[in-house]
Amino acid sequence: MKPARFLADYGMVLVLALLCALFSALTFSDQTPTGEAAATQVASLLHQQFGQNPRVLVAVRDQPDDAAYAAALQRLLSAPGAQPATIIKGEPKDAREALQRIAAAGSRLDAIACTQATGAWLVFSELKTDFPALGEPRVITPRSYRWPNFLKTENLLNIANQIAVIAIVAIGMTMVIITGGIDLSVGSLLALSAVLTARFIRDFAGGTSASPAAMLLACIAAIVLCGAVGAFSGTMITRFAIPPFIVTLAMMLVGSGLAYILAKGQSIYQIPESFVWLGRGADLFNLPNAVLLMAILYGLAHILMSRMKLGRHLYAVGGNSEAARLSGVPVKRVLLFAYIASAVLAGLGGVIMASQLKSGSPTYGGMYELYVIAAVVVGGTSLSGGEGRMFGTLAGAFTIAVIQNGMNLTNVESYTQKVVLGLVILGAVLVDKARRTR
Amino acid sequence: MIDAPPLLQMRGIVKSFPGVKALRGVDLELRKGEVLALLGENGAGKSTLMRILGGAHKADEGSILIDGRETPFSSPQDSRAAGIAVIYQEFNLVPGLTAVENIFLGRETTRAGLIDQRSERASAAALFQRLGAEVDLDTPCRRLTTAQQQLVEIAKALAFDARILVMDEPSAALTSHEVARLFEIIRDLRSQGISIIYISHRLDEVFTITDRVTVLRDGRHVGGRPTAEITRSQMIELMVGRELTDEFPRRSTTPGPVRLEVSGLRRGRAVRDVSFSVRRGEILALTGLVGAGRTETVRLLFGADPREAGEIRLDGRLLAIRSPSDAIAAGIGLLTEDRKMQGLVLGHSVRENFGLPNLERLSTNGFVQMGAERAEFARYVEQLQIKIPDQEQRAGNLSGGNQQKVVLAKWLARNCEVLIFDEPTRGIDVGAKFEIYLLMNALVAAGKSVVMISSELPEVLGMADRILVLHEGHVTGEIADARSATQEQVMRLAIA
Repeated sequence: MKPARFLADYGMVLVLALLCALFSALTFSDQTPTGEAAATQVASLLHQQFGQNPRVLVAVRDQPDDAAYAAALQRLLSAPGAQPATIIKGEPKDAREALQRIAAAGSRLDAIACTQATGAWLVFSELKTDFPALGEPRVITPRSYRWPNFLKTENLLNIANQIAVIAIVAIGMTMVIITGGIDLSVGSLLALSAVLTARFIRDFAGGTSASPAAMLLACIAAIVLCGAVGAFSGTMITRFAIPPFIVTLAMMLVGSGLAYILAKGQSIYQIPESFVWLGRGADLFNLPNAVLLMAILYGLAHILMSRMKLGRHLYAVGGNSEAARLSGVPVKRVLLFAYIASAVLAGLGGVIMASQLKSGSPTYGGMYELYVIAAVVVGGTSLSGGEGRMFGTLAGAFTIAVIQNGMNLTNVESYTQKVVLGLVILGAVLVDKARRTR
Repeated sequence: MIDAPPLLQMRGIVKSFPGVKALRGVDLELRKGEVLALLGENGAGKSTLMRILGGAHKADEGSILIDGRETPFSSPQDSRAAGIAVIYQEFNLVPGLTAVENIFLGRETTRAGLIDQRSERASAAALFQRLGAEVDLDTPCRRLTTAQQQLVEIAKALAFDARILVMDEPSAALTSHEVARLFEIIRDLRSQGISIIYISHRLDEVFTITDRVTVLRDGRHVGGRPTAEITRSQMIELMVGRELTDEFPRRSTTPGPVRLEVSGLRRGRAVRDVSFSVRRGEILALTGLVGAGRTETVRLLFGADPREAGEIRLDGRLLAIRSPSDAIAAGIGLLTEDRKMQGLVLGHSVRENFGLPNLERLSTNGFVQMGAERAEFARYVEQLQIKIPDQEQRAGNLSGGNQQKVVLAKWLARNCEVLIFDEPTRGIDVGAKFEIYLLMNALVAAGKSVVMISSELPEVLGMADRILVLHEGHVTGEIADARSATQEQVMRLAIA
């Protein structure tokens, strides 16, 4: 693909990159490695300075991160023939006692491996005068480095996980908008799907002791029912020529109402712990399952839109439905597909959300239709139909997520965040327009 | 004695669009009270030049002089201030507003902040009276006929005292009676001192109504002289840059057995009872006045509109056509009259447009074979000499002739047994017309059947084997040997 053409299709990626750079710059700060990473660094320092067999005392606080650090350090230092490192977990006084014990035993120490916090303990500040018997042990702490909070792996994965639901629903919305339509019902369908899933699990699959297969069945049933709602909307739009805005507005109310009725206005939480696998689990390369699912779906959707007959038909219907019909495109069937796909993906979004929150509630997905539409539009898809790219929508969804996340990291108040987000959506579309007309 | 400077002078106008140099230094002169014909093939730059005059485009280079004074032309307001009104082929009317509202749109007469409806109505009525025309002042423009809408456009121009009226293909969508009426109005306006630039492909009209002719070719001014001093063939020669010996190419094929049989087609008042058949290797022309039901008939045949009654048989087999896709699957193709609205997805690439009816064949398991698509399209680009920089060019950026060729390519690739051409040469220049005629001949030579709808009688007589004349949804006559028929013969049946 030519660079110019790539830019025209995916220019939003540039905006996204700029935002990432901005938030990286704003959140630049001292980073102290902890746990495994810190241990690796300190161990290599120790080996460098004191050979393969250093005599080391490890001083950490009684915390999970610190414990992981100590354990990893012990493992890394336990070369064959080396004497095991002494580990103390606790407070400065524990350290003082340990040092006294070691001095009393007549042993010497090469180094004391600390964390950033324990390295500042007063007990280690005057070792030469307090514990002359130990030799001159050096206090080694993991070296800190400068790195943006924004760009930390956990944060990036967090962003992806936060936006996964919206991004997945936006796939269907992109198809609908490319056909020149709109689907306002996705937020309500998401709630309906979450409630249906939770109720199926509670009422038919055995509640908190439901088996994985039964849960899967419950999810599929909820998604299929959402698909049926989409088929209904699509039929109204194609058979009776009611504008999509009106049909899906009506289905938005119907869906939300049904969700409240089915949940009796409450949250349904009688769901087994294992149900969170989809929403919170991370099986492959530490990637959250929801993010992985999102990536796969985007890949498939991209192939559908760019390589398959159906994709061509979706674009053609949006570009000029009469010309498409007279060229033999089954316009009604194509539209029906788009609305079913949108509803099914909204249903899947509901299942993921129910899994993330381990409950189903009719309040889920409020205003989501607007965020989803925003993601599609920011991603460069024209509301008048006929043009747009799947990965543009993904970039659009991430743009929104990055703005929200970045503002959280820079301590922008949540009300202000809304204002900024609104303006940024407008700005992003302006930038996109300017780039297109150039 | 010093001559007064011409009313309008355009000097050295240059205009480029991405990938195309539309105008390469055009000069044009218009005198007070004359009708100037602006001629040229599609893509010669006529429309661009007029858009510059209308302020819709800004020229890259060159100057425009009004009464000998250089005048800025960078917006429609500038153009209007200079007394210029451009009536584009696609009218600039708001469909839901009435004639009065459209005439005064943006220049409403107000009294105390409210629209003075009474005075607006009075001035509008006066304008229509001046035009000698009757247009209902309260009907939304969408419900007016094309001719009436045109009158509203002219009235709109007169309402702000336009001195120059540009008319782009004003006769294209009019019946011959309406065209005659239009000419009366044009003569009237001329006698009132209004100058008119008249763009048309119909050379007969140019001889009837214009005083002087200016010809553009490839963005250049290639000639101009009084209409009385030029012959038809000289005009064509100037336009295409070569001599055309025959407007309609000969062919030597003789029609074979009947392939397509249509009987008792019916829908509403437009198509009341139409039956006909088409033979193998035959061109059948459907003709008649506008509104006779020609387009409506072929739309029923193609499944574009649902029919109330009627049977369609191909090679004796009854076809169940309920949608265009059924018709296409059966081997019937339709090149619509309206390319922009019905023939092409203007925002998409020409390659995608080409592929649309052919995706079934060009894809396996639902995946489009892009390489095959590109290669096949490239063959047609070569064969039809479609002028495009590359296959990803947007269809909307092409000239009318090239757009028609893309539509042709997409249907030729479909290899239809019966191909229906609805006004295939409307708005297309002489050179491209000839190429389309050659293609139709090639199709029938290959044993296909062609149904052609045309309002231009010379074309009907020159191209068809057989002529079917429609009037108000009925077949009023058939002329078995088109070559020996006369225009009068056809017209008598059409008016029937």
